[in-house]
Parts: sequence; structure tokens; C-alpha cells
Amino acid sequence: MYQYNEVDQALVEQRVAQFRDQTRRFLDGNLTEDQFRPLRLMNGLYLQTHAPMLRIAIPYGLLSSEQLRMLAQITREYDKGYAHFTTRQNIQLNWPALERVPDILADLASVQMHAIQTSGNCIRNVTSDPLAGIAADELEDPRPYCEIIRQWSTLHPEFAFLPRKFKIAVSGASSDRAATQVHDIGLHLVQSSRGETGFEVLVGGGLGRTPIIGQVIRPFLEKKHLISYLEAILRVYNRLGRRDNKYRARIKITVRETGLDKFRELVEAEWIRIRGSMEVEVERYEEMRAYFSMPAYKEAAEPHQALQENQNQDAEFATWLRYNTTEHKVPGYSAVYLSLKAPDAPPGDITESQLDTVATLADQYSFGQVRTTHRQNLVLADVRQSELFDLWQKLVSLNLATPNIGTLHDMICCPGLDFCSLANAGSIEIAAEINKVFDDIDYLQDLGDIKINISGCMNGCGHQSVGHIGILGVDKKGVEWYQITLGGSSHNEAAIGKRLGPAVSKAKLVDTLSRILHVYTDNRTTDEPFLDTVNRIGIQPFKERVYANH
Amino acid sequence: MQIIRHAKIVSDHWTHVADGPIPSEGCISVSFARWKNQRTELLSRVDDLGLRVSSEDPIEEVTEDLDRFQMIGLDFPVFTDGRLFSVARTLRDHYGYQGEIRAMGGFIRDQIFFLSRVGVDSFEMEEGSDLDGALSALDDFSVSYQISSEVRN
Ligand code: HEM
Ligand code: SF4
Repeated sequence: MYQYNEVDQALVEQRVAQFRDQTRRFLDGNLTEDQFRPLRLMNGLYLQTHAPMLRIAIPYGLLSSEQLRMLAQITREYDKGYAHFTTRQNIQLNWPALERVPDILADLASVQMHAIQTSGNCIRNVTSDPLAGIAADELEDPRPYCEIIRQWSTLHPEFAFLPRKFKIAVSGASSDRAATQVHDIGLHLVQSSRGETGFEVLVGGGLGRTPIIGQVIRPFLEKKHLISYLEAILRVYNRLGRRDNKYRARIKITVRETGLDKFRELVEAEWIRIRGSMEVEVERYEEMRAYFSMPAYKEAAEPHQALQENQNQDAEFATWLRYNTTEHKVPGYSAVYLSLKAPDAPPGDITESQLDTVATLADQYSFGQVRTTHRQNLVLADVRQSELFDLWQKLVSLNLATPNIGTLHDMICCPGLDFCSLANAGSIEIAAEINKVFDDIDYLQDLGDIKINISGCMNGCGHQSVGHIGILGVDKKGVEWYQITLGGSSHNEAAIGKRLGPAVSKAKLVDTLSRILHVYTDNRTTDEPFLDTVNRIGIQPFKERVYANH
Repeated sequence: MQIIRHAKIVSDHWTHVADGPIPSEGCISVSFARWKNQRTELLSRVDDLGLRVSSEDPIEEVTEDLDRFQMIGLDFPVFTDGRLFSVARTLRDHYGYQGEIRAMGGFIRDQIFFLSRVGVDSFEMEEGSDLDGALSALDDFSVSYQISSEVRN
């Protein structure tokens, strides 16, 4: 993984010093709340219902065991012993004290971490594929490009006060595991007709109140122009994006109001002007690629034999293997998902002792690295198949082996009413109830791949608009109600879910879901996943069943 | 008043003219609108001329005139409006403007480092501001990842 040099280290340390000074000036009354707000947000610090919330960057979701241990220590020392992984591969603390945030940042800097640009109207932490570098369907590892983008965007002097937040995601595989189509800029590594690798560039995707799928602004961008093209898009957006209404300020609205063709024309004019002076040299890519070279894999030594035996002997292990591991491009290895969706825990949460133990397991089984996923789970990416059984047993005792990746239980869920001052309705309790009611593992496995996404308000932190089933909390005269959508996706076939009908009350929510699932099982063809059935039969049959004598 | 110019605290010699009559002598700055309306009259003056632009002003319309201005003042309506950062960079890198680019209006000290990186070389803070503090903000960071349009002397 990438290792800081002196410049990188100086930068994070100076950032800590700057923020320490800003916090002091705020506490001394020399910075007003209005002045401090954008400054603290640019360092990932929100002021929330109960306490501040600090979002820490995990660039493209990659962590070393040393970094995990530091996160464990920080949650112990400054928080209540647990943390929360977000949909953009970052991690959040819910209870730090404002005065101590500079100390947290200093501790983070000691392990090459920071909270820079994890919030605020600036270029956010760049995200990517959690299976980067190991996926069989990958054209090229996206992480070297992510790191180059991370550096370019970090404290970019021109783009720290954008009209609105700006998110970039990069994918190098044919299966989009990074939700690139719902990002302000999505980059796909693709091959040109001449066999050269470059980027397809998407612009104007985004979730929130007005969810929009990104559009292709440039089908093929030569690699050397990566940074100049991003810079051109940002410069045009910075000047053109609306600042009169924060709900119309994202680039998705700028592109829509300007028109894609006109927007592209503006971007390309700027790009042509600047690209000569901003080329990324081949050597720089090579140098960066070296940081992400393949670890020292061992020859596959008949792992399959033992694995088969273990599976035959232990049905639970076999189930876990099926749901929580995935193929690796190197024979004899698998990638393992650590489920942060145990039915008895809030989705995406992790305790300090789990963090510590995961670090140990990473050292023991996966070259000392862990990845975070967009769906709020963790991945040990390089596990020998011969060691899967051992690892599984340890994960079971950690409560990180619930065999539910990709099932109904693998929900994305925002903090909702429990932590968030903007919430209309609870979301964690809804997830808990869904877990409780749909607890028959055979039924879940029979249902297969169903993505339920839950948000407590229309800001959409829980990505409800791209859930196969989206659940959105709405407030009706002080009572919690839920609006349901069907057919959304942030994967290759990205789509915004369609509204099922009027919102349902909290009491009826689970019954409604149950009806939806019945319509699916009644109508599916053999092996047809939920999303395909919804797309084939449309929303009407679901509507009829749900609102019949409700 | 005192301002920061080329990383030093110096006294300022500019008069920012609002709507009133235009003095025949001395260094004055006028708003973008005023420049567009009274261009001929302003061009007949001998002394230095400055242009104040705000976020919405289309600087593309005055590119022919840029070398008439010894100073361009970026007049921030509020500090969170980041358009003028791109305007500064465009003036320096695209139009090759070499005169003084001044931050004025609603910007804050915590933006000074970034502003200097995009080509702003003077800072006119609100009366009574801590100029020493502001000066030190120029050195908030000793390292950067991006190319710079910085002018320090
Ligand atoms: C509890 C504190 C939180 C607050 C106050 C908060 C606030 C917001 C707000 C106001 C928006 C709307 C932004 C816009 O429309 O442009 C938003 C969007 C979002 N938030 Fe949060 N959020 C919180 C926690 C989280 C968490 C825990 C996650 C991840 C699980 C998250 C992920 C997101 C995402 C992915 C979006 C939408 C991004 C997009 O529009 O593309 N937020 N949040
Ligand atoms: S979706 Fe709404 S309720 Fe949930 S965290 Fe975001 S802002 Fe809060």
C-alpha cells in the first residue's frame, strides 16, 4: 500500500497544527461559529445531536493493521469504544469532544491517516473497488490512480470552497463495486479500440434529494490527462455551479441545467488549454503502481482438498464460505468479507476490541491489510484457502461471520434518529426489526441478492434511492412514516428506485416488506434475482399486493 | 490602512471608489459595472487604475483591458463563495495577468494560504484584523501537492 514520504507526512502534521489553531481560536471566540463551520467540516467534524461526529478518511478503503490498531485505540481513548464504517469507505466516531479532536488528528497523523476533506464543500475522499487488485474481472488495479487523485485533491487551493461537496470514485473492473455512477465524477478504467488503457469519465451522478445517474462526458481519456481533465471539470463547476440554493448546487444539477453537451464543451475548452502543462508522467504511474504490487502469494498447495472436507463436515462453514468469501484471481486464495451486519448490532458498527482483533487476523491471514466496502463491511482480501476454516472459527467468536453478505440482512443504513439531528425517522431500529422478523436463514438464502437501503431523511446517507428496496423515513405530523421504492441499483445497471405508493406507518413496515417479498417469490422464474423480477414485471403487482386492504 | 502585500505588512495607496465622483488624480479602483459603463472616461486618467470584481462578474468580457489595471481586487461577497479562487487562477494562468491581485471583502485568514497559491499577492483585511496572524497564515503549509500560481515578490 502507499507509504507516506516526507512531504506527505509534513502535510498531515501541518494540517493538525492548523486545525489545532483554528479550534483554539474558535474556543477563544476569535472565530465565529459561521467561520469555524466550513473549516471544521473540511476536517470531517460535524456537530451532532449528542456530540460532535468525526469522520476519518480511509483513502479508497485500504487500511493497514497498524492503522486499525490506532483506530481501536482512538475509539477507546476518545470515544465510547465503537466506531462506524460509512458508505464511502470511511470511518466515523460518534462521541469525540471538540477540544480533543486536534489530539485525535495528531494520533492519526502518526500512522499516516487524517480526516482531511471527509466533509464540507470540497473534493471528498476518493473511493474505489474493495476487491481492487485481486478481482478476476479487473482490467487494471485502480488504486494507483486513486492515490494520485488523493494527492491532487488534498488541500487543492482552488477547490476548497466549491458550491457543494464533490465525490469521485474509480473502478477498474467490469463489475462496478464502487457505485461510480452515483458519484459527481465516476472513472472507469477501459480499453480503447487500439488496446490502450485509459478512463471512461462520467459526470453528474449523485444521491441525496435529487438522485441522478452520471453520464459519460468522455468515453476515453488517455491516462496522462487524468489530472488535467479533473481540474478542468472542477474549474468549470466551481464557477458555474449554483450558489443561491444548496439543493441545486451539486454538479448533477449544473450538468442538467447547462446540458451535457454544453457542459462538455466548456470543460474541454479549459482542458485543451491546460492539459499540456499538467501531464502525469509514465514514471509517476509506475512509481505509484509499485506501492500496490501483488503481495508474496504462496504456491497453491492443494488447498481444495481440505476445504472440501471442512465443508462436508460443517454445514455452517459451508454456508459462510458461499456467502462471505469470493473468488481471487490467484488460485488457492480467496477474499473474505467480515460481516458488520450481525443481526444484533447496528449496521456498519464495530467495537474497539473487534478492531484490534481484526488487525491481528489481518497480520495472520492477509498480509496485514484490510479493506472497507461501500456496503459497510470489511474485507480480508488475500486469504489462503487452506486457512479459511481457521479464520472462520475466529471470526465466529468475534461475531463477524454472519453469513449474510449480499442477502436481505446486508443493509445499508444511516444513523437516523439515534444520532442525527436532521432525521425524520429512525433507521437503525428498522434494520434491527427487519433482522428480527426475517430471521430464517434458509428463507434469506432462498431470497438471494436483495439490497435494502435505509435513510432517515431525504438527504439519503443510506442510499435508499439506489436500493433494490429503498426505505426512506418521512415525518407526518411528528410521526415516523416510511416511503418505499423498488428497483434501484448503484451497480452496473444503475437506476433510481420507483416509488411504490404512499408512505407506510412504522407498524406496517415489516408487513409491507413481507408482501413485497411474496410478490417476488410468487413471480420469479428459476434463479431470477429480485431486481430482475422487479424490472420484468414492473411495480404494479407489488403495489397491488401492498396496498390491498392495508 | 495597512495591508499585506508580497508577504509584508505595508500601507496601502489605493482608494476604492464606490458610486461617487471619480477623482482625477490618485490610484483608484472601480467596480466591474463602473468600468463597463465609464470605460472611456476612466481610460483618460493618468494615474493607476484598479478593477474590483465580484464572483458573478464575467471577467472574460474585459480580457482586452487587463493590462490597463495595475490591480485587480477580488471582492468576496462571503468567504464560502469560492468562485474567485478560480478567477484568480484564470487571470494568472490563462490571461497571464501580472499586476497585483488582491483579496478583499469577506475572505478570512484561514484562506490566505490557498489564495496565495492561486495567485493572489495582496490581502486587504477588515479594519482591526490581526495582520501578524494573517501574515503567518501564508506559511500554514510548507508543502503542497498542486502546481502553484504564487507570486511573493
Ligand atoms: C449523523 C450524521 C450525519 C449527518 C448530519 C449527515 C448529513 C448529510 C446531509 C445533509 C447530506 C445531504 C448532502 C447533499 O444533499 O448534498 C448527506 C448525504 C450523504 N451522506 Fe450523510 N450525514 C450523516 C451521516 C452519514 C453516514 C453515517 C453516512 C454513511 C453511512 C453518510 C453518507 C452520506 C452519503 C453517501 C450521502 C449522499 C451522497 C450523495 O448525495 O452523493 N452520512 N449527509
Ligand atoms: S439520511 Fe438523513 S437522517 Fe440519515 S444520517 Fe443522513 S441526514 Fe441523518
